[in-house]
Amino acid sequence: MDPDPILEVKDLRTRFHIAEGTVYAVNGVSFHLNHGETIALVGESGCGKSVTMLSIMGLIPIPPGEIASGQAFYNEQDLFKLTEQEMEQLRGKDIAMVFQDPMTALNPVLTVGRQLGETQRVHLGLSKDEIQKRSIEMLEKVGIPDPARRLTEYPHQFSGGMRQRAMIAMALSCMPSILIADEPTTALDVTIQAQIVELVQAIREQFNMAVIWITHDLGVVAEIAERVLVMYAGFIVEEAVVDDLYEDPRHPYTLALLDALPRVDRRRDRRLRSIPGAPPNLLVAPKGCPFAARCELVFDHCREEMPPLIQVAGNHHQAACWIDVTTGKPR
Amino acid sequence: MAVPPPTPVEKDQPLIQVQQLKKHFPIRQGLIFEKEVGSVKAVDGITFDIRKGETLGLVGESGCGKTTAGRTILGLYPITSGSVMIAGISLEHADNEHIKRLRRKAQMIFQDPYASLNPRWTVSAIIGEPLRVHKLLPDVKARDERVHELMLKVGLSPRLINRFPHEFSGGQRQRIGVARALAVNPEFIVCDEPISALDVSIQAQVVNLLEDLQDEFTLTYLFIAHDLSMVRHICDRVAVMYLGVIVELTDRNELYENPLHPYSQALLSAVPVPDPKLSRQRQRTILPGDVPSPINVPSGCRFHPRCPIAQEICSQQEPEWRELNPGHWVACHLV
Repeated sequence: MDPDPILEVKDLRTRFHIAEGTVYAVNGVSFHLNHGETIALVGESGCGKSVTMLSIMGLIPIPPGEIASGQAFYNEQDLFKLTEQEMEQLRGKDIAMVFQDPMTALNPVLTVGRQLGETQRVHLGLSKDEIQKRSIEMLEKVGIPDPARRLTEYPHQFSGGMRQRAMIAMALSCMPSILIADEPTTALDVTIQAQIVELVQAIREQFNMAVIWITHDLGVVAEIAERVLVMYAGFIVEEAVVDDLYEDPRHPYTLALLDALPRVDRRRDRRLRSIPGAPPNLLVAPKGCPFAARCELVFDHCREEMPPLIQVAGNHHQAACWIDVTTGKPR
Repeated sequence: MAVPPPTPVEKDQPLIQVQQLKKHFPIRQGLIFEKEVGSVKAVDGITFDIRKGETLGLVGESGCGKTTAGRTILGLYPITSGSVMIAGISLEHADNEHIKRLRRKAQMIFQDPYASLNPRWTVSAIIGEPLRVHKLLPDVKARDERVHELMLKVGLSPRLINRFPHEFSGGQRQRIGVARALAVNPEFIVCDEPISALDVSIQAQVVNLLEDLQDEFTLTYLFIAHDLSMVRHICDRVAVMYLGVIVELTDRNELYENPLHPYSQALLSAVPVPDPKLSRQRQRTILPGDVPSPINVPSGCRFHPRCPIAQEICSQQEPEWRELNPGHWVACHLV
């Protein structure tokens, strides 16, 4: 492990208290992010990947939300101990976020220039002229043609891909050291997705930024990430360097997920392997392994106790499973 | 006008024949004296057959007209020009009565299982609706029995027959949509992005279900999708659409292994592969810019402003739709 990670999260638990009961959204998540590294947080809808990031950013509404436990160290300060004011200083300046749907994340009644300038005015205290100059530079960097005119336009005048570029320009405008990208390409077509992936990769190298890429798309992960965390029902069930995860998955869920994917580069050789059932109801307090009900290798102990995330192979390859999937037998 | 009854079509014979189909949506301006100031050329002359028992994939980026094509083929939009024949009946000449009869042959599964089911209806009412509309099983008890049977077919427990859509997960809702489409024993189903709103682990369930039903009832599918990996898996032949026209049409393996049109090539190279080593080696063609507006279509070949190999002729002449190899159709000057 890097002796000095830029972000370290320990035992994060986030819950929501709603009329129907308590939603156990994140159930003890720990991970770290190194300087300049790109990690991917992968999982299906409702697995807690976005809630994890929103918790770290202090963007969970409390109530109904509750951070039941956890620490998140950024530059040796615990983000959960900061006041709202201190957090505001940090958000957008040190840690910036890009959201899935650029249309709802942008304010429709303000020009793109006004929104792009806002973070710079608040965090950097720049003058109007400086902001104008930097904004044009930023739009140029993310590949928006004719930036001076584009600054005076409103979000609805931008196409989906251009809006996402503008969002990225906003996130980058204060040179953050961490960029959190929450499904930034999910709403876009593949050709535009390819443009955005390439853009983020280029910018990351240029600014030496660390990136957390949240997605459900294992294809995009293979392209962009150096290390991958797989989440299921609020738990991290596997963590590995990207090559190891795809070549040698060690959690039955990761295995099943990779098997359920059709491949664009291969001829069809069989039916898709489907994972029976659906993810568990998060309104029930977790007991045992959350994947047990859908797992082929399940045995009694799985339903009783949640397996810890332990090292199962070299390169800090970790999995949370009582079974060794290479042998099919309990460890 | 007299329209012949649908003729039975043998397996592998053309069930659907689409000829030079166009669907334009007029843009009107003015409050009292409305006048047409232009049109959205959503579908602008497409030609293909779908054989009985086959799955034809229709792929392309959002706004390319693939959904409009599917809906026009089912008679949900009036045709601007061109023709659609379903089992020998032309949509153009069909009156309401015949369109209704056609609808028993041709059904649709929608993209969003949250929006396509009436939230105030029970599963029984939703799946039974086509039977009621077509007056197939007027007896309530017989209808309920049929709904039972359909629920079993799509893997839903008939115990849930009186539940409402909100009590089901996304995958289960899509199964309800499939059961509704199957209710009238159709021959042809337009699947409009049936799995794109579902999670990966659920997608495989629905795709396998669609395949099983196809085998059992010799169903013919038009599978509209933007997920090119899934299209390769499920479709026999694939048509690639760009800005209202089909630019390439061929067998799935031929398209994925030997794409001829530069747009197909770029589209396929943009699809991420779940294999990190391979994706580091892959050569990608990244297309510049966005899809142009279907109101002002570029001259000549519509793809020429984004095409990496465009030449002068491309902006002047529309390329011919020709069969380059047996069964491999493409519209490009330069191949």
